[in-house]
Amino acid sequence: MKIALFGNPNTGKSTIFNMLTGLRQQVGNFPGVTVDKKKGRIDTAQSQHQLTDFPGTYSIFARSLDEQVVKEVLTNPQHPDYPEAIIYVADAANLERNLLFFSQLYDLGFPILLVLNMWDRAGQKGLQIQLDTLQSNFPAASIVTANARIALGKERILKAIDQLAVGERTAFHDTAFQALQSDAEQTQNSDERLQKIRALGLITAAPSKISNQSTRLDRILTHRIYGYLIFSAILLVIFQFIFSFASIPMDFIDGQFVRISSWSAAQLPEGVLSKLLTQGLIPGIGGVLVFVPQIAILFFFIALLEESGYLSRVVFIMDRLMRPFGLNGKSVVPLLSSVACAIPGIMSARTISDWKERLITILVAPFMSCSARIPVYTLLISLVIPNIYICGFLSLQGLVLFGLYALGILFALGTALLLKLLVKSRTPGFHLMELPDYKTPRLANIGYTVYEKVRVFIFDAGKIIVAISIILWALASYGPSSREQALRALHQEQNYQQAEQAKQQELDNALMLSESYIGHFGKWMEPAIAPLGYDWKIGIALLSSFAAREVFVGSLATIYAVGDDTDTQKRLIEKLKEEKTDKGQATYSLATGASLLVFYVFAMQCMATLAVVKRETNTWTWPLLQLVFMGVVAYMSAFLVFQLLV
Amino acid sequence: MGLLLHMSQTLDSISLNELVEIAAIANNAIAPKLTEMGLTKGQKIKAIFKAPFGDPIAYEINGNIISMRKEEAMQVEVQMA
Repeated sequence: MKIALFGNPNTGKSTIFNMLTGLRQQVGNFPGVTVDKKKGRIDTAQSQHQLTDFPGTYSIFARSLDEQVVKEVLTNPQHPDYPEAIIYVADAANLERNLLFFSQLYDLGFPILLVLNMWDRAGQKGLQIQLDTLQSNFPAASIVTANARIALGKERILKAIDQLAVGERTAFHDTAFQALQSDAEQTQNSDERLQKIRALGLITAAPSKISNQSTRLDRILTHRIYGYLIFSAILLVIFQFIFSFASIPMDFIDGQFVRISSWSAAQLPEGVLSKLLTQGLIPGIGGVLVFVPQIAILFFFIALLEESGYLSRVVFIMDRLMRPFGLNGKSVVPLLSSVACAIPGIMSARTISDWKERLITILVAPFMSCSARIPVYTLLISLVIPNIYICGFLSLQGLVLFGLYALGILFALGTALLLKLLVKSRTPGFHLMELPDYKTPRLANIGYTVYEKVRVFIFDAGKIIVAISIILWALASYGPSSREQALRALHQEQNYQQAEQAKQQELDNALMLSESYIGHFGKWMEPAIAPLGYDWKIGIALLSSFAAREVFVGSLATIYAVGDDTDTQKRLIEKLKEEKTDKGQATYSLATGASLLVFYVFAMQCMATLAVVKRETNTWTWPLLQLVFMGVVAYMSAFLVFQLLV
Repeated sequence: MGLLLHMSQTLDSISLNELVEIAAIANNAIAPKLTEMGLTKGQKIKAIFKAPFGDPIAYEINGNIISMRKEEAMQVEVQMA
């Protein structure tokens, strides 16, 4: 049976979903929109069912994208996700309001199971719920109580699922409500339903007030000074983990994949297939998996903050600051995470329910300087920015680094502002939001979130990343037949023959790259990048660093034949400083260096980000627009900087 | 005097911890959403804390906390409870 899971936000709906389906889940999108669709399997005593989790909504009347999905599915029997039965999760501590949407679903005629979740909290709050009255007013519904946070009620729910039936019913209120279009009619219908529900007398003891303790905590956490201080401190901890501690598993993954590559290269007979596997496919997969630690860490923290109830307070204090830029309080976490890496950052934008605000957040996130830019920044800064101190203590190099980060943030906000005016809104952006009670986070729920995000990244975005990296690898390691002649010519040179074996290898590699397809492309586009102060060698490094920005450094090392060892960086800087143009000036002048720095602040030099944007917006339109837009901004600003400084 | 008593106030302008009663909700796109969240005529509501810059504002209604932007709270007419 196809069963749908509905309920208001903050009712513990996903905990129920996890409890019923375990790890037998699939995550995808609803057709045509990027609203998360989670499916799972339920095994009851009698049969197997498919459970689909729908976004939490307050009624069938749709404003946001999430609500639109719910409405479309419920009102169209031809819809592939149209359910045969419904499980409705209600917060028992907040029953009357939760029953509004339930009464609508009941009146649509579905077999329906009402799960009164958080049963314990209703008791703690001093609520007494008259289950008999509830049952007699909704005779066709099955009703069970549960406390999913401690896995209580699973057996009751499974048993009730087997007994679900349409049942005889008279509508609780009316039947044609789903067609109501105007604001006034919808408001009136909901109002009448709520009045009716309240008149049932379901709750005999008055609900207790919000505890003073909770309000005191709220006043501190949303305080204009402490609120921001506490949030900054939490961010600092998260960053510390993503920046520093993630590098341990990342280096491990890197190392393992290098080992697997060389091991399989040794096992396999030499040939095209072996090269494809050991130099294209295996490093490509490694290039996907290397992001997993950062994604896992970020989502661990986001889930922790969300589960505890704190994240909605962050949204509350950031909303006013982000609003002028067409962003939402919820954009803060994605944008700040992008300083570590745009990939988990963009994935975390899914919490923003307003489509326009989510899209803007995704589109501007890659302007934030991520950790992959650091190797590029440090190389170029130590190359062209003098190591001097201003006023005796301010390092000029440090100041430039700071400036690059600031430039990224400024452009992210500026672009958001521009997009706010350009992107048409499908729905008006509301902020109306419940601030849930503070709760101790459940480790199991956090685990599910991390597992799901990692899996979605590996299987959805991963495919694209592997494909692009194989293409880039092929372009960089194969070349036209003229490459063989050039190699033979190199081997005839006296310098080459007198060089040590290691040096010969470096010279070989340099020639192989510069005569490869990418190399030829770099030379071909030299006229286009000359106004930015770049020669074809820089062009090659730019092209190959589309795989990932830090590849820029490695490509330059290969082109300038400085090998691949621990002091590559130092040797590379020395080598680059010696480089002269045809006219005898330094290739890496201040103008060229600054132009390159600016280029890397703005350009979308990251195929993994592109793949994730494709996955998160469900179309190639936005990632490609982003690629072009960021490329144009990068080109024009690099051009300006070079022309001003040269 | 009678006129003064009937002068209406909107939800964005009440002071913290002042318990008021919802009198009416302006008819516009957000009205159905406000209603669904339990803001209906006759319900008691009070502001319990505000974000920095005074916007958004958190309200207590029926034992829940609901946060609203000022422009949204402006749609709700209230009277002394």
